[in-house]
Amino acid sequence: MGKFNPGKVAAIGCIALAMFGTGVALAGKADNDIRFAYDQAPESVDPYFNNVRIGVIIGQHVWDTLVYRDPDTGEYKGQLAQSWRRIDDRTIEFELRQGIKFHNGEEFDAEDAVYTLNFVADPENAVTTQQNVSWIEKAEKIDKYKFRLISKEVFPAAIEYLSGPVVMHPDEYYKEVGPAGMNAKPVGTGPFRVTEYDVGKSITLEKNPDYFADSPKKQGPIEKIVIRFIPDRQTQMAEVLSDGVDFIMHVPKDQAEQLEAMTNLQVVSGETMRIAFMQMNSQDGTPSEALRDERVRKAIIHAIDRETMVKEIVGAGSRVLNTICFPAQFGCTDEGAPVYKYDPEKAKALLAEAGFANGLDLDLVAYRERNQTEAIIGYLKAVGINANLQFLQYAAMRDLIRSNKVMLTHQTWGSFSVNDVSAATPVYFGFEKDDITRDPEVRDFLKKGDTTISPEDRKAAYRDALKLIAERAYAVPLYSLPVYYVATADLNFKAYPDEMPRFWEMTWK
Amino acid sequence: MTVFILKRLGLAFLVALAVSAIAFFLLRMSGDVAIAIAGEGARDVDIEAARRLHGLDRPPIVQYAAWLIETLRGDFGQSIFFKTDVLSLVWAKMPVTLLLGIMSLGFALAVSIPLGVLAAVFANSWIDRLALSLAVVGQALPNFFFALILVMLFSIMLRWLPVSGSSTWSHYVMPMIALGYYVTPAFMRLVRAGMIEVLSSDYIRTARAKGLPARVVIFKHALRNAVMPVVALSAVQLGYLLGGSVVIETVFALDGLGFLAYQSITHKDFPVIQAVVMLLSVLYVLLTLLGDIANAWLNPRLRVS
Repeated sequence: MGKFNPGKVAAIGCIALAMFGTGVALAGKADNDIRFAYDQAPESVDPYFNNVRIGVIIGQHVWDTLVYRDPDTGEYKGQLAQSWRRIDDRTIEFELRQGIKFHNGEEFDAEDAVYTLNFVADPENAVTTQQNVSWIEKAEKIDKYKFRLISKEVFPAAIEYLSGPVVMHPDEYYKEVGPAGMNAKPVGTGPFRVTEYDVGKSITLEKNPDYFADSPKKQGPIEKIVIRFIPDRQTQMAEVLSDGVDFIMHVPKDQAEQLEAMTNLQVVSGETMRIAFMQMNSQDGTPSEALRDERVRKAIIHAIDRETMVKEIVGAGSRVLNTICFPAQFGCTDEGAPVYKYDPEKAKALLAEAGFANGLDLDLVAYRERNQTEAIIGYLKAVGINANLQFLQYAAMRDLIRSNKVMLTHQTWGSFSVNDVSAATPVYFGFEKDDITRDPEVRDFLKKGDTTISPEDRKAAYRDALKLIAERAYAVPLYSLPVYYVATADLNFKAYPDEMPRFWEMTWK
Repeated sequence: MTVFILKRLGLAFLVALAVSAIAFFLLRMSGDVAIAIAGEGARDVDIEAARRLHGLDRPPIVQYAAWLIETLRGDFGQSIFFKTDVLSLVWAKMPVTLLLGIMSLGFALAVSIPLGVLAAVFANSWIDRLALSLAVVGQALPNFFFALILVMLFSIMLRWLPVSGSSTWSHYVMPMIALGYYVTPAFMRLVRAGMIEVLSSDYIRTARAKGLPARVVIFKHALRNAVMPVVALSAVQLGYLLGGSVVIETVFALDGLGFLAYQSITHKDFPVIQAVVMLLSVLYVLLTLLGDIANAWLNPRLRVS
């Protein structure tokens, strides 16, 4: 706090100067184009071979999925699939829409779906995010527009995954060119097609004139989206201030608030599925024996004023959480879970009771939102816990966690936008390598939730797991993280929790 | 001379080797590369798949040896992140960085030589002090900060130049100034010191005594001699500018080698990092060598020693 930050000073200066700036040209608006700047390039445009947000954004514009989840209602609608039904616990049968064409003219049918699903399910093909596809055993064609999908185990979240990262490729083209060719010249069925791609620099998407009218992704008036990769935040801000781009996202809260003063810009913030929480290492061999004491863990939760943090530093759109999952995810609930109010006196009393009346030294590892970590350290200090911060790169932090060398962590998790608890809580409590609490009871409840078909039974199992995690104070649930978008004032758009700007539905005023 | 050049070429090779080893092991010490490649939030299966796919399950020394053998064969491998051939990727980005480096050098010379001459001719006057202040500011300002000031002025306030990109010549103007300004002081001081020395020498006094106009004395007689060390320094500074373009290219999203280096470091794309580091270190050593040769050629006294 209070440190001189030349970048920030320059950013504020930019805004101050821009207020005196000249009229706005609106190059994007005149042509019905949107110029979008993002801070990193995707490693591959093929959605199966990248694991970054921009890859998901491009993926959803260029390709389609079998199922579409309505972001407003959460309802699953048929996209490339007309309808589907469960045959048994592991099999789903899909009836496909007819008359849909890929950007290269190839017709979409069951051959394409079966080839894509079998290709991505094969570990030999090394799809980047195995988690998204490793549940698939195989797909089998029934007739030209009908096929069956079989999962390895009972996998109730199948439809959710099929509405997210699992896009459909054209079989003939993909067989011929493979992932490298798909990256060089992407072909999908989506509302936009790639017309220009300069690796690491920019990508241009143009409206697909043959897009099928029945798609739940309704094609709007936007003709072209030009995406440029600009890693420097200040440069992005300068671009939006000087009308070089129309849309940027992930703008830090303080800078977004400065931009609110500009009449030619709009600042929109929205909640995302990314949750922030703290892990407390209480497994065997933890470097801090103190954390094995439930009273110490409860004291830590009571010590942090999450309400104030949300209001003052996290930002609009964020909310305080009581369990380790995102509230809109299927199975996420805080029903029956204890709520730990901000109560430093109680925290001190709990620490004294546990034998730490004179204070306690703990290490804390973190990798992003450093200002939030520093606030947490301040709150801990106030109750007598000296947290020594190790601020690391993500990989280095994760390395330490997995080798049982951490005490406290300040973590975040985005669930890959999968709207189901199976993509969140089990990562940290299901005995995977990031689980540093290892409670077999919690694991068993989660496992039950992950592999039961009945929605009611799933909900009950997850509820029991989440309640137990909260009761035993295994982690500090903090809050959901918001995202700030800055756009030209004349652009109509809406923010969704999955951090997906839907350019197909945007319009110019 | 031939022995000298051969020795320096051998040295260049050793430097490149040492730098590549340091880069290789530093990268591995900064955290598990497989976790970084698998990305934020990757689960066990993904991390293990990445580890196997890129041979990261072998001991680091074996990985380094394997990389070295492939590289010596001329195969720089595939970019983990961009999934394309490293050599063609690096090659494609090279022209932007070279152009920026040469333009920045040109800018630095165009500013520093007149300023240096002025500072020497009017030594210890306010002009000298003003030139000195400019030099101090140039050296003290972090170049990314200076870059942002330029953006504020030329893009946001005046709207003369585009903020970022590399598609037209106007995209290069601000990066050129931001990068070139940083090396200007070194040249300026060199020109100033050289000019002061030369201006007090006997042949200049003779030239003046002959009644030649000051302009001729300064630019034809004095500057020619004073500027000699600048030639050698230019080669070294060009090496510095090529390596130093990482920050500036990133700020201006200029699609060159520096930008590529930044992206590769962010994604732990080690084949690309290794190739860029190797290329830049070889270039730097070669340019230093060129500077030495130019010096020796221009100044015969050095050749004897």
